[in-house]
Amino acid sequence: MKAQYKFLIGAALITGTVGVLMANGIKDTGTYFLTPSELAAKVQADPSFHSVGVKMGARVVHGTIERDVGTQTITFQVTDGEQIYPVVYRGLAPDTFTDDVDVVVEGRLDPDGTFRATSLLAKCGSRYETVPEA
Amino acid sequence: MTILGQLALWIALLVSAWGTFVGFYGGLTRRRELIASARRATYVLCGLAMVAAAGLLVAILKHDFNVAYVASYTSRDLPTVYLLSAFYGGQSGSMLFWVLVLSIFASLAQWLTSRKYEYLLPFVAGVTSAVTLFFVATMLFSANPFARLAFTPADGQGLNPQLQNPGMVVHPPMLYLGYISITIPFAFAVAALMSRRLDTGWLHAIRKWTIVSWLFLSIGITLGMWWAYVELGWGGYWAWDPVENASFLPWLTMTAFLHSVMIQEKRGMLKKWNMVLISLSFFLSIFGTFITRSGIISSVHSFAQSSVGYYFLGGLIALVLGMAWLLYTRLPMLESESHLESMVSREASFLFNNLILVGIAFSVLWGTIFPVISEVVRGHQVTVGPPFFNQVNIPLGLALLALTGIGPLIAWRKASVGNLRRQFAVPVALGGIAAVVVTAIGMGHFYAILTISLAVFVTATILQEFVRGVGARHRLHGENVAQALVRLVGRNRRRYGGYVVHLGIVTYFVAFTGQAFKVDREASLKPGDSVEVASPWGHTYTFTHLGVSQYDQLNRLVSAASVEVAKDGKRVGVMSSEKRQHFTCEVPTRPCPDQMRRKSFEPSTEAGIRSDLQEDIYIVYAGSVEGTEEAVYRFTINPLVWWLWYGGFVLVAGGVITLWPGTTVRATRQGDTQGGYAAQIVESKGA
Repeated sequence: MKAQYKFLIGAALITGTVGVLMANGIKDTGTYFLTPSELAAKVQADPSFHSVGVKMGARVVHGTIERDVGTQTITFQVTDGEQIYPVVYRGLAPDTFTDDVDVVVEGRLDPDGTFRATSLLAKCGSRYETVPEA
Repeated sequence: MTILGQLALWIALLVSAWGTFVGFYGGLTRRRELIASARRATYVLCGLAMVAAAGLLVAILKHDFNVAYVASYTSRDLPTVYLLSAFYGGQSGSMLFWVLVLSIFASLAQWLTSRKYEYLLPFVAGVTSAVTLFFVATMLFSANPFARLAFTPADGQGLNPQLQNPGMVVHPPMLYLGYISITIPFAFAVAALMSRRLDTGWLHAIRKWTIVSWLFLSIGITLGMWWAYVELGWGGYWAWDPVENASFLPWLTMTAFLHSVMIQEKRGMLKKWNMVLISLSFFLSIFGTFITRSGIISSVHSFAQSSVGYYFLGGLIALVLGMAWLLYTRLPMLESESHLESMVSREASFLFNNLILVGIAFSVLWGTIFPVISEVVRGHQVTVGPPFFNQVNIPLGLALLALTGIGPLIAWRKASVGNLRRQFAVPVALGGIAAVVVTAIGMGHFYAILTISLAVFVTATILQEFVRGVGARHRLHGENVAQALVRLVGRNRRRYGGYVVHLGIVTYFVAFTGQAFKVDREASLKPGDSVEVASPWGHTYTFTHLGVSQYDQLNRLVSAASVEVAKDGKRVGVMSSEKRQHFTCEVPTRPCPDQMRRKSFEPSTEAGIRSDLQEDIYIVYAGSVEGTEEAVYRFTINPLVWWLWYGGFVLVAGGVITLWPGTTVRATRQGDTQGGYAAQIVESKGA
């Protein structure tokens, strides 16, 4: 067999591997990225959605952050303007986590309506610039 | 000065339009006066960009807060070095920086390119002028750095404290230099297509440019990792964030290009592929700017959202279409001069290297834009995180690492069994032994074992090349080892510089394995309390909380928490981590009275870091229990991180060797050498 054909087979193998790795990667690690209202709609339509890990992007409700330093637990509420969810997160919050910032929490929504977060990302409220005071 | 700067931008708009026109038109008609004019336009643009840049710089240094840009990114108490970094810290300033650097590179390209390749230069001037035109127009119509406010604030907003870090002073310009310098090889590629002179001339003309831009990208990415590590306080250096990925993508395609041009130079193959790769690299550098600037993909470090992103998208689409047309019309001129003869050959190994690099680039691009795609296709955003990128890229990266050892040593055309045995017997054996040894001492992680084994294999191939080369010179010329080494490297800078770069890359891979063994421990400690953390190397660290102190420093209030560190029972020293609350003062006095302080920005964290060859101790102070000295810490033992920075130095050293000016042995077309410089000189002597 000519080397070029062998190479094409090799190339197809590599391309196939990349494809399979990517497909598996998305299947294993892809998570829904929802707003609180979208999450509420999903759960209402299908109660088993509680057991699915999701990411939720929302804004921290002003004045709801409570930190228990002893147990390193942070509770707060997030909202997209329509739906409010209480969030419980155990761990260190990033520097940028404060009232009114946009956060991305990853975790599950408990049947009692509390979102148990396993990770907490706060977007730079400042986006590398200061917020002009409104 | 800002009026002068503004004026310079408007003139630059006209000159760059003229340069674009005379560059292409002059190049096609070969009219001398037009060609000369295109060249002069390039130089004039450089002068104008310098005037504009000086205008902005003066406004920043003189605290002219009437200029919106100056008011948004600086303040009176900002240290001078960060005033300089504010120049490219914001959107419109970064675009001005882009124009400045591009015009300098474009002028250097006109000035330094050998007269042999003069026929390419008018088109090069056309392309660089067109890119300049795009940036200047975007600035003037959408993001003007000289825009003024209706009033003059007493003080500016200041620069984000996370950007107030020495790494951040050099990281963005390095990345920019990398991104921008890709324009030059791209311009030469367009020039070669336009002029229909598609021999290896253009490749020779851009050799150094390609390495320069690859090197800047590498340095920029590495500095970015360093900044993320020391400044962001999460204990890692790479998170597969869209903005990071945007810098990684052109690096991948440039790496592929760097390798595949060697195949075209030696064997006349891959001509179309090389055109595609250099275009892709340029598109990706523009695309990177688009994602960081448009906010279309949510990133933890997104910048201001603005319409500028859409200028970029428009420009990008125009570019892709234009380049596709140009390539299509020139396809018949890009036929291969030779064919692949064997799967066991240098050509084949380079082809696989290219496929894998582009495969990695594709998967990273796909993962980065997947939220947008899934939103369009399925109506819901689905995101993929670091596990996706790791799952896909670790196997691909390891295959690439193996090829790093194989590619440079395997013979062209078709490797004989003798060649394979001579080049690889010892390295393969050493790699195998390494795998057995690390498994025996208890490393239980499959990918980590494989990485170490491959790293030993690749290092052995490289050392073998040096030993054989030095040995051959010693035997044939009677030189001592030091002389032989210097001459060996000096006479073959590209080859041996490349080997050193490969050593640097191997070192990065070794550092990456450390991440598999990272240990984290969070603890809340009262003064005098201590906590023990076991490290993967078998050490036990004891951290004892000493207390928290608060003091003023420059433009911030610092809370520093200190711990005493002991390693295996022996005292190592005191480490501290800080929380910094930056503030601005309502009256410009110092020290600032408490009631006049206004908090600016969120608090920032300074991690405490102590490195050695084995592992880093990484301490983050997360805050105190209200009103007490009880502090919450995260202690991280981060193995092998130091190797990453060390690898960066090796890589830069290799790049500098490759770029060092002087006569190099000219690449000749030859087919039958069974690989390696040693074999080459022995053969030439024997003949």
